[in-house]
Amino acid sequence: MKSEADSRGHFGEYGGRFVPETLTTALDQLEEAYARIAFSDEFRSELDGLLHSYAGRPTPLYCARSLSSDLGATVYLKREDLAHTGAHKINNVLGQCLLARYMGKTRVIAETGAGQHGVATATSCALMGLQCEVYMGEHDTQRQALNLFRMELLGARVHTVSSGSRTLKDATNEAMRDWVTNVRTTYYCIGSVMGPHPYPTLVRDFQRVIGLETRRQILDLEGRIPDVLMACVGGGSNAMGLFHPFLDDDGVRMIGVEAAGEGLDSGRHGAAIGAGVPGVLHGMRSLLLSDDDGQIFPAHSISAGLDYPSVGPEHAYLAGIGRAEYVSATDEEALDAFVYLSRAEGIIPALESAHAIAHARKFVPSLPKDALVVINLSGRGDKDAPLVRELLAARRSEKH
Amino acid sequence: MGRLGERLAALRERGEGALIPFVTAGDPDLETTEALIPALVDAGADAVEIGVPFSDPLGDGPTIQRASERALRSGTSLRRVLELVKNLRPRVDVPLVLMGYANCLYTMGEENFAIAAQSAGVDGIIVVDLPPEEGESLFAAVRGRDIDPVLLAAPTTTSERLARLARETRGFLYCVALTGVTGARGTLDLGIEETVKRVRASSDVPVCVGFGVSKPEHAARIAEFADGVVVGSALIDRIAAAPSPTAAVDAAAEFVASLKAPLRASGGAAAIR
Repeated sequence: MKSEADSRGHFGEYGGRFVPETLTTALDQLEEAYARIAFSDEFRSELDGLLHSYAGRPTPLYCARSLSSDLGATVYLKREDLAHTGAHKINNVLGQCLLARYMGKTRVIAETGAGQHGVATATSCALMGLQCEVYMGEHDTQRQALNLFRMELLGARVHTVSSGSRTLKDATNEAMRDWVTNVRTTYYCIGSVMGPHPYPTLVRDFQRVIGLETRRQILDLEGRIPDVLMACVGGGSNAMGLFHPFLDDDGVRMIGVEAAGEGLDSGRHGAAIGAGVPGVLHGMRSLLLSDDDGQIFPAHSISAGLDYPSVGPEHAYLAGIGRAEYVSATDEEALDAFVYLSRAEGIIPALESAHAIAHARKFVPSLPKDALVVINLSGRGDKDAPLVRELLAARRSEKH
Repeated sequence: MGRLGERLAALRERGEGALIPFVTAGDPDLETTEALIPALVDAGADAVEIGVPFSDPLGDGPTIQRASERALRSGTSLRRVLELVKNLRPRVDVPLVLMGYANCLYTMGEENFAIAAQSAGVDGIIVVDLPPEEGESLFAAVRGRDIDPVLLAAPTTTSERLARLARETRGFLYCVALTGVTGARGTLDLGIEETVKRVRASSDVPVCVGFGVSKPEHAARIAEFADGVVVGSALIDRIAAAPSPTAAVDAAAEFVASLKAPLRASGGAAAIR
């Protein structure tokens, strides 16, 4: 099967370009520049060079022996946590910032939830000499204080957003407003496979490196492609990057793990596919958390990166046609998985990635022993350590 | 031609500029809005834009963001805004235009919305995040119910696209006066005159200008080259600053009268045609 958007960026009924008129021309220009520049030999070789020598690619595909013996199948971890800045976000950002430079833009803006995309953007801008401003919800600046400091250290200006739920959704609104105002000079570096066309396609293309490497590596290591791919899904860029190069391989099951927060019935979660409805937000039609008046209700997740009320339109499409499956893991399960992976493999995962580990613990034991599973370990957990320490302390005091 | 087109044609005929105030429905509550709109019409409004509050108004600056938050807190929904229009309709003969975001309309359903809006007496809609490429089926649904889908044009819009927008809009073309979100500005960006001239080059459609317009001098200047002026945030600032709902209505009416006065004498867009 081919999952490609139509010429106006529609994946089936999802995607498209739902933006104020001011942005239409800028999106046309971006689409044109992307098609002209990003596939040229000059751009490709510059980006590949950066991905290799600066970001540390290819990232390892690691056979997790304890995990495998504990869960009863062969489990590999794609180590995006080892990429520069500690998450897969750098893949997309190096591509976009390079594109911005080729387009002659001098100012780059970004939204960020957990701060991983913000840090990656600040990093790339420092590298390429671009002015960087990042929008981050006030709630997230508190729970991801380390990343806030990292961005500032890298020379970015961070705007704290105190409207609405004070999380990624509101940071995205504010970044869009900035872009509407400064569109002539500014490149908007969106952090996931979301937003108006061409972003979902463009970000996916820059993240496909994850799946392309995984395919090459697993063929070398195991002589065959995996049976199951798993990844956490907020906006969904790490999952899409892993899944997309395997979409035509019918035998490969793909499982995206959303944030169930306090449970899908609680109303406090981030599961746009699991519990959302079709709607329009942030320039795209997708599945989202919206009430019967069309008002968006705030998402909730222990992990700031999954705390978003919608999802990339291509995921909504893949869910709709049944090519990928989407499940969810709760805050508690993610917290357990955070500790579990740390102890089992000596790898502290990001709370986002811990959602994929959490589902693997439930799901992999149901597979045949010879099954081959790849889990995308999208980021490392250092940024979450202070929060997890508090949560674990709270848990202990509840028990006593 | 709908009520909106007729009204603007009549004003152009008389050489008078149109004044279109914008208020967010339900800010601070729907009772106030229901008192406010007839007062604005009495003060000289030629049409009224009624904002449908949305949780994530990414095209709006702080003033309308906060107005939307106040409106949502007071329980305003699209259904209740349509009831408001229905209640106002017998008392207000100027065109009433809803302005909002796509998600609220889609959630109600395109056809359901078109039917409900027609039965309430809505004359037009402006959907901030719905360009004509994506709005095709919703716009067709409302046109089928005699409601004008008003399109927006921006300073960044190419001339080729401006011609298309001018062709496809109904009622008028809403020209955004600045590159940015809504909100009162101290000075008027005169680049807008050039945008309007580019529209005029290919089309006869009435053009109204909004975003950033905050003073009678701005309105007068715009009326030299456009058919009408939309004033939102500057009006909402006055409503929000008033000590009571009654004072808010009075302050808003007084401001609208001050904006309309120079338009009566302007000669309007007819002067340039």
